[in-house]
Amino acid sequence: MLVLLGIGVVILGFVLRANPLLVVMAAALTTGLAAAWTPQADLQAMTDAALSTLSAFGRAFNDNRYVSLVWCVLLAIGLLERAGLQERARALISTVKAATVGRVLWVYLVTRQVSAALGLTSLGGHPQMVRPLVAPMAEGAAETRFGALPDRERYLVRAHAAAADNIGLFFGEDIFIAIASILLIKGFLEQNGVTVEPLEVSVWAIPTAIAALAIHSVRLALLDVRLNRRLGARTRAANAAEAAP
Amino acid sequence: MITLAHAYIVAGAFFAAMSLLSMQDRSNRRRIANALFWGMLAISFLAGQSLGDLANGVLALGLVAVATAGLGQGQARTTSTEERRESAQRRGNALFLPALIIPAVALGGTLIAKETAWGRLLIDPAQATLVSLILGALIAVLVAMIWLRPPVAAPFQEARRLLDAVGWAAILPQMLASLGAVFLAAGVGGQVGRLFGEYIPLDTATMAVAVYCVGMALFTVVMGNAFAAFPVMTAAVGLPVVVNHFGGNPATVCAIGMLAGFCGTLMTPMAANFNVVPANLLELPDRKSALNGVIRAQIPTALPLLLVNIVLMRALAF
Repeated sequence: MLVLLGIGVVILGFVLRANPLLVVMAAALTTGLAAAWTPQADLQAMTDAALSTLSAFGRAFNDNRYVSLVWCVLLAIGLLERAGLQERARALISTVKAATVGRVLWVYLVTRQVSAALGLTSLGGHPQMVRPLVAPMAEGAAETRFGALPDRERYLVRAHAAAADNIGLFFGEDIFIAIASILLIKGFLEQNGVTVEPLEVSVWAIPTAIAALAIHSVRLALLDVRLNRRLGARTRAANAAEAAP
Repeated sequence: MITLAHAYIVAGAFFAAMSLLSMQDRSNRRRIANALFWGMLAISFLAGQSLGDLANGVLALGLVAVATAGLGQGQARTTSTEERRESAQRRGNALFLPALIIPAVALGGTLIAKETAWGRLLIDPAQATLVSLILGALIAVLVAMIWLRPPVAAPFQEARRLLDAVGWAAILPQMLASLGAVFLAAGVGGQVGRLFGEYIPLDTATMAVAVYCVGMALFTVVMGNAFAAFPVMTAAVGLPVVVNHFGGNPATVCAIGMLAGFCGTLMTPMAANFNVVPANLLELPDRKSALNGVIRAQIPTALPLLLVNIVLMRALAF
């Protein structure tokens, strides 16, 4: 039971709003020490346990370096931002008269979900697509309609751009048979004496995928309604003031 | 053949450049901290495989210490909003092409490495997507440099501007993955499963399905990763109760159970790469709070979808 202290440290860390890196390290050491603790353990034994936990953490940190590889794409994204990529994305969307925040993000959501379902999960992502293209396009659509955005709405639109990427990815990728989660399920069931084909598992991801698309489409439509209510009146008032003599 | 080892050398050089540029930036009062942080990460990428486990652990501890003391934000040399607008006007939609090179090469490289005989000799098929992603980024930089002719240091200065906005959160996903490994070794999962099995009544199929799905989501919220929650909750409730006792179809139960976990991923700051990193990249003002804008935008989709998953599993698995 003591090993659950590590989970307690994680929750406590978030409640106290400590630096998450510190929380992670503290949780790892707590877990390692708790696993080694017995009433007979002396200082020497606990020091050994701390060092072996730190070693285990170090090995895993080294094995998982690939997770942080993605930052190299900032070299290209930054260079293009310097040349006006975000401004161009905004300008392009402002020429599409039918574009609204909700519709722009809906098109991205569908594209992301369908491409992920075909196994093309690398065709999106926050550093590669959301920051340089999707968020500026959504903001551009709002600006064309409502003029300069107040901070609250600007950040709301950006947060929704990130959300569309996540939701499209999560509820698309499981339909593809060779994705990590499907292979994990197959491996887990095999260890427990149940043999399944990846296809048998992945077809059951389709109903949820459809539901996710339906629910989030409604949310994006509601986002347009909300932006219209908050900003539409302001824009109409400004236009009326301009038209008045 | 290009392998992950080569990609790590590129990333090591990249972080080393971030460290050197941070060091030179006198506008950043915490430039030593920034230089140390990216410098240690560079060492991890360049030499991690020959350092030994304990030294890598000490390196991770050093990164945590510097991050806790606090990183600063530098003033990278970049263009003004006016210059960008003018450049966007002049260069037109061709600006999108280099940006699309990255996903195109990532995708093309993966397919070539996995599907063709010569591609297998060019790119390590086991790590094809990661290797191709780095290749794509480098090709995009090369194309942009030749076309746009910025100063030679520009890609590094611009990358530092973006990386400083992300800050220490850049390594949070890697740290969480490492925590998962420690949890696994200590048997945390088995303990959680035992708790669930002992204290929650699972008398009906509906109740068992609901407990399994909500448990997947909750445990994913804590761990930040549905992959970590899946073996635990499925061994505790999914297999013994939903499948074996009530006769659910294992493929359906597991597939929908995993997706119930993904609903949890949408709601947690522990899923750093999906929820914290974009908040930093998009410079949201509430990026440091546990329920930042991205998570708040996702919760109203995640909760009804969790309910739908429970209904779907109850309806489809039996």
